[in-house]
Amino acid sequence: MQDWANSAIETAKRRGATYADARVMDIRHRDISTKNGEVGTLAESESLGIGIRVIASGARGFSSTDRLTREGVDACAAEAVAIAKASALAKRENVALVPEKSYVDTWQNPFLKDPFRIPVERQIGLLLAADKEMRRVKGVTVAEGSMSFRRIEQLFVSSAGSSIHQIKMQSGAGIVATSFAGTEIQKRSYPNSFGGQHMLQGYELVESLDLVGNAGRIAEECVALHSAAQCPEGQGTIILGSSQLGLQIHESIGHPIELDRVLGMEANFAGMSFLTTEKLRKLKYGSDIVNVVADARLEHGPGLGTFGYDDEGVAAQCTPIITDGLFTGYLSSRETAASIGEKRSGGTVRCESWNRLPMIRMTNISINPGTWKYEDLIADTDDAILMETNRSWSIDDKRYHFQFSTEIGWEIKSGKKGRMIKNPSYSGITTEFWNSCDAICSRDYWTLWGTPNCGKGQPQQVMGTGHGAAPARFRNIKIGVAFAK
Amino acid sequence: MTAQSKSSIADLERIAERVLKLAKSSEAAETEIDIGATTDALTRFANNTIHQNVAEHTLGISVRAVVDGRTARATTNKTDDESLRRTVEIAISLARNEPENPDLLPMLRAQKYQKVSRFFPATAAATPEDRARAVARVCKMADKNKQTAAGIFASGSSQTVMANSKGLFAHYEQTRSEFSVTILESKSSGWAKSNSPDIRTLDPEALAESASRKAAESREPREIPAGRYTTILPPSAVLDLVGFLFYDFAGTAVLDKRSCFTGRMGKKLLGDNITLWDDVYHPLQTGPPYDGEGLPRQKVLLVDKGVPRNLVYSRATAKKMKAKPTGHGFSLPNEYGEAPMNLVFAGGAKSLDEMVRTTERGILVTRLWYIREVDPYEKILTGMTRDGTFLIENGRVAGGIRNFRFNESIIEMLSNVEMLGPAVRAAGEESFEMVVPAMKVRDFHFSEVTKF
Repeated sequence: MQDWANSAIETAKRRGATYADARVMDIRHRDISTKNGEVGTLAESESLGIGIRVIASGARGFSSTDRLTREGVDACAAEAVAIAKASALAKRENVALVPEKSYVDTWQNPFLKDPFRIPVERQIGLLLAADKEMRRVKGVTVAEGSMSFRRIEQLFVSSAGSSIHQIKMQSGAGIVATSFAGTEIQKRSYPNSFGGQHMLQGYELVESLDLVGNAGRIAEECVALHSAAQCPEGQGTIILGSSQLGLQIHESIGHPIELDRVLGMEANFAGMSFLTTEKLRKLKYGSDIVNVVADARLEHGPGLGTFGYDDEGVAAQCTPIITDGLFTGYLSSRETAASIGEKRSGGTVRCESWNRLPMIRMTNISINPGTWKYEDLIADTDDAILMETNRSWSIDDKRYHFQFSTEIGWEIKSGKKGRMIKNPSYSGITTEFWNSCDAICSRDYWTLWGTPNCGKGQPQQVMGTGHGAAPARFRNIKIGVAFAK
Repeated sequence: MTAQSKSSIADLERIAERVLKLAKSSEAAETEIDIGATTDALTRFANNTIHQNVAEHTLGISVRAVVDGRTARATTNKTDDESLRRTVEIAISLARNEPENPDLLPMLRAQKYQKVSRFFPATAAATPEDRARAVARVCKMADKNKQTAAGIFASGSSQTVMANSKGLFAHYEQTRSEFSVTILESKSSGWAKSNSPDIRTLDPEALAESASRKAAESREPREIPAGRYTTILPPSAVLDLVGFLFYDFAGTAVLDKRSCFTGRMGKKLLGDNITLWDDVYHPLQTGPPYDGEGLPRQKVLLVDKGVPRNLVYSRATAKKMKAKPTGHGFSLPNEYGEAPMNLVFAGGAKSLDEMVRTTERGILVTRLWYIREVDPYEKILTGMTRDGTFLIENGRVAGGIRNFRFNESIIEMLSNVEMLGPAVRAAGEESFEMVVPAMKVRDFHFSEVTKF
């Protein structure tokens, strides 16, 4: 790895690059899925290549290749420089980077069990056991399970002298029961929708989830949803389960704080942000109890946004995003940090693979735990709907107006959890919503959720992000719009 | 510039032959190889300058092995003998450790394919300078108009080879190019996008001019109340909505009872003016003439005058559902079965101008965004309008309005189509490209308004 990266940097410099960095990445995947008692996907893949990023003639160029020979790497570096020079045909000013120290270091996330060393037969066996439990419940029409594992080994080398070797091991698993009856398709997922829970951990994560033990419960809930009461329309109090709050953070805090969006770089695709730079340290983003951080450090937890260094060689950091309700920070890069007067990047630049240009991505964007016991929160609530497990999500291109629906809801009446509610949904305006938060559960109910499928950029890159969240209560929220006639 | 060398079909065929030779001495009863080589480049601009300019050259060698009625897949991008041998062994080892698959069918023998021609040398030869010059002209135009341009100009090519140990050998190559532009003013924006295998058919400046006009015409957008409006959807917006139907036409989706056509096949569901096919051979379509198992794709009539008539089937699904395979299967192994990937709608003859002229009060949409499924059986979708939403009054565009959220059943929408434009190759954001018309739809449900 080191030789290829060094060769790339040397060639880029020789061709006229004033700055160059190279990332060699060796990525291994294992994907397993089951459906109705049979194996669906069973696949492994590996991908090794190099991505070379340069500044030449004051402009950016990037090229990548999997031809890891001296000739292949040199041609790739030369192409990156040529592309930078072509970029200079339409440049307004020279690219400038805020300073960052050079590092020579190695980092690896801790894990107990290498998922690639666990026999596939055992992994399939676990999914099929959960599948069988779900199909025991009459009315379940599809039972599904999945596991995915990813090992990323990467070496980052820069012309400024950094050489950073990192290994990340990621695991994920989940199950889903689906039921069709009459004119309705209902679904329940565990522990979360869209692939379950994903973390920077080994196979111990999968073992901790108890998929088999939860399979019967979600299957029964799924079938029971058909006869549950429809979510009412109106204005009222909601309590969001922690995984739903995690996605709410992702969409209505994580994306709008991306500084490349704010500065217009994503205007054509992912969109821009309502969080224009004059709002920094002035906007009341949420109520006084809302505190949110962007924390890539291991001490925050083994989230999908945890690393030692980002993909432009900046060390992992914790940035306060919302402090006692006040908007206090963006996600930044070495190129964008200066635009908000920062002297250092927030260290949030990442890429999906060796063939993609690193860009600003969420790390672990988490809400700090509050003080409430979950039981006390329910007991303190007169009239509300508790909404759990995301079913659909949508937000406008400046991240103002959102609408979410969840798989299941529960009526809360006079401090007690009551009947089941189907098709729950809520909508609102980001800052109005966060300012209506009046209770957050404590650390005991806080989970660092993984969102493995966040898309951004052109060409699009799919990235894993982390979101720590606990159940929380919101007042005066619009409910039930998604199914309004 | 220094261009990196590209793989040819012959290069890929040689790799396939090497893998098949290596697999011959393994315990695999059958082996299938899928090889893909891609060269892509993309120039990205924002704030009237290029801020990202990238290129990639990738190769993927995917091996599916069958052992004792079980099958699994392993993929690598390394071409040395040891890596290829290891990939075959991983596929065999994965397969050996799963339960027997009762649905697995023997691999196909050699097939005959209808020729399609989707490789254009001019596209493959496009350089970063070519793209940068076009972008520079667009940025200059935006500067002149005191507007801000953002977008992409991409070009690339791909070659694929599929082979198996039963003698099947298929290959396909195509080029692609795309230009997408957003033009911004302080309180408004406009958008336009086009893609084609032939870069010579793209006109970046014309697209930018169209986006520029929309940004100017939607200046100072006003808020109007949410509600049901007659709505004119350009082809890109239609594409992004009807794209959510594609998997519902899969035999597996109906078998699993998670298609909106479950219990509705052969019954009148949509308007008389809705007819659609899956047709990979349509001149405006792209993609290989064979499916994930190498079976030739067939043209399939999916909806005839509002009645869902046919589904598509992989070989295994067809056997389960006592139907004939249609050549729409995904690569094995998978749990999804198949899907139509080349939807073509029957169009009409009405222009967008005529749709506007005949509308007393309605909404003209430019682009839809962040569409998600709310109800999978009634097919209710939610999403936002974006980059130029206009009020129509008395047959004329009466200015820009704030963006809406919609919650609309596309079954209802396709029952309420009052006018159709000609079917064109449309490019959106939420779906792969299709051939679809513009539509004028009555009672489209906008449920809320956002802040801009």
